[in-house]
Amino acid sequence: MADTIASAASVPGSGHDHGAGAPSRRDFIYIATGAVAAAGAVAVAWPLIDQLNPAADTLALATLEYDLSKVALGQEVTIAWRKQPVFIRHRTPKETAEAVADDHAPMKDPATDASRTKPGHEEWLICLASCTHLGCIPTFAQGEYGGWLCPCHGSVYDTAGRIRKGPAPKNLYLMPYAFLSDTKIKIG
Amino acid sequence: MSGPSTYEPKTGIERWLDTRLPIIRFGADLMSFPTPRNLNYWYTFGGILAVCLGIQILSGIILAMHYDPSGAGAFLSVEQSIMRDVNFGWLIRGIHANGASMFFVAVYLHMARGLYYGSYKAPREILWLLGCVIYVLMMATAFMGYVLPWGQMSFWGAKVITSLLGALPVVGQPLTTLLWGGFSVDSPTLNRFFSLHYLLPFIIAAVVVLHVWALHVPGNNNPTGVNVQSKADTLPFSPYYTVKDAFAIMVFFLLFAVFVFFLPQALGDVQNYTQANPLVTPNPIVPEWYLLPFYAILRAIPDKLMGVLGLAGALAMLFALPWLDRSPIRSMRYRPTYRIFFAVWVVSVLALGWCGSQEPQGQVIPGVTTFNLIDFDLNSVTWLSRISALYYFAYFLAITPFIHRWEKTRPVPDSLYTPVLKHPVPAAAALSAAE
Repeated sequence: MADTIASAASVPGSGHDHGAGAPSRRDFIYIATGAVAAAGAVAVAWPLIDQLNPAADTLALATLEYDLSKVALGQEVTIAWRKQPVFIRHRTPKETAEAVADDHAPMKDPATDASRTKPGHEEWLICLASCTHLGCIPTFAQGEYGGWLCPCHGSVYDTAGRIRKGPAPKNLYLMPYAFLSDTKIKIG
Repeated sequence: MSGPSTYEPKTGIERWLDTRLPIIRFGADLMSFPTPRNLNYWYTFGGILAVCLGIQILSGIILAMHYDPSGAGAFLSVEQSIMRDVNFGWLIRGIHANGASMFFVAVYLHMARGLYYGSYKAPREILWLLGCVIYVLMMATAFMGYVLPWGQMSFWGAKVITSLLGALPVVGQPLTTLLWGGFSVDSPTLNRFFSLHYLLPFIIAAVVVLHVWALHVPGNNNPTGVNVQSKADTLPFSPYYTVKDAFAIMVFFLLFAVFVFFLPQALGDVQNYTQANPLVTPNPIVPEWYLLPFYAILRAIPDKLMGVLGLAGALAMLFALPWLDRSPIRSMRYRPTYRIFFAVWVVSVLALGWCGSQEPQGQVIPGVTTFNLIDFDLNSVTWLSRISALYYFAYFLAITPFIHRWEKTRPVPDSLYTPVLKHPVPAAAALSAAE
């Protein structure tokens, strides 16, 4: 340190970057100040960005119970869970059979029908109703696979909500849910 | 070209002010700025656009005084309060909503002018880039503004456009949630869009200041693309171009007034008279007209991520243009071959715009069915979009960078004066008239 002080003193007014290239105490202060400022900027930026994420009251709407006896065979309802549309589809045996028959057909996002329903409740398809392309709600009984057609950009889903054609990259998303009894589910 | 200031303070107060804050000098130098004497009416859109920004900010500040940015109250505050109850609310909203469309009409003509006369070329690259930044900010502002009435098209437009981010790998989904402030577009989304919709116009105004600054360093391009060589090639901006701009602004106001007073809803969508409903998607979803070409490019590509990249790439082409065009000649007046390619490009953009407004499986020629190729019939809106999008990109990536190697150009005049003197009017008369 002693020689650093000496060299700094020999070049008045230039604390850093002087002839020998040896770091001075002033260089250290510059770097330390810069480092603290950068850390401070990050520390301040985090709350400013994180405030954009869902607020506690939005997160609090996380679970929902639904009485399935309201949905007749072959009927479909769209309900809101966490402000997202959810399909509850009471599939006819024909629809279920078609979905199972296509289990090994070539698909963009391969999945078996069994993996998309709960065992013993295969007649119920319960999934998010947002097209995995850009979020529109697909319309049932349109498109060539007996399932849904998205009106926005023409994605076609089959009766298991699997993407079969069009720009959507994924099958209709499943969300966590459980059967509380044969006619009651809890979503979330 | 800006040259030394010619302002001379005349009164004592002006002299006193000039040594403290030379703001009068600043204004006087702007007004006396040497401007090429051959600028045509295509060059009046800059002034028109400045007026558009002013109108949008003024009418927008007023609307914000009556608007309720909550999911529960937004629709009623617009459709009931502003449109029916607030004194002249219908007029101010009519000006603001149609003003956005007028703004885009003017900006597209302004950009076409820059493309045609090569105004993006050296030494005006920064000027062009700042213009592109303004254009992107305008689209963001207009998009968020369209969400605010909280009708069905507002809501679903917002959902589709924000879902574009979800196409990005890894960060896509968290980023979308961050943007929404929830698990879907909802009241928090509306609230933050209102905040940003109020902020962005002032950012635009700041970039406009930089844009005008970048204009005043090299000076205006002109229809010949030939550099200004002496003071004789220029006129002071005022009164020559202030008057020309003012006349163009008046004509533009006529068009504006036709929409505000006679066709106030012509550019809107009836779906937006239904309040936002997150459980019903209206069919079809169409963005505002000024975004249609990009929407068509998005739909033309049968893959989510590639579609989003195609949309972004279409904009990136504009940013890259100063470095893609290698021809030393600025104006397309002297590039007859390139001019044809440009005209086809304009047609391709218009075709994309039309395609964006149609359903993807719709037929271009009614009643004709051909064969299916990549999910769609060849005679479908999707295939017209694909071909048009392909040409859009080919124009920038395959034609523009290479055409200068073989195109036959017309002789470029020695000065921006020469083409004027070739007109049938006797040269001497033209000269004395111009003095």
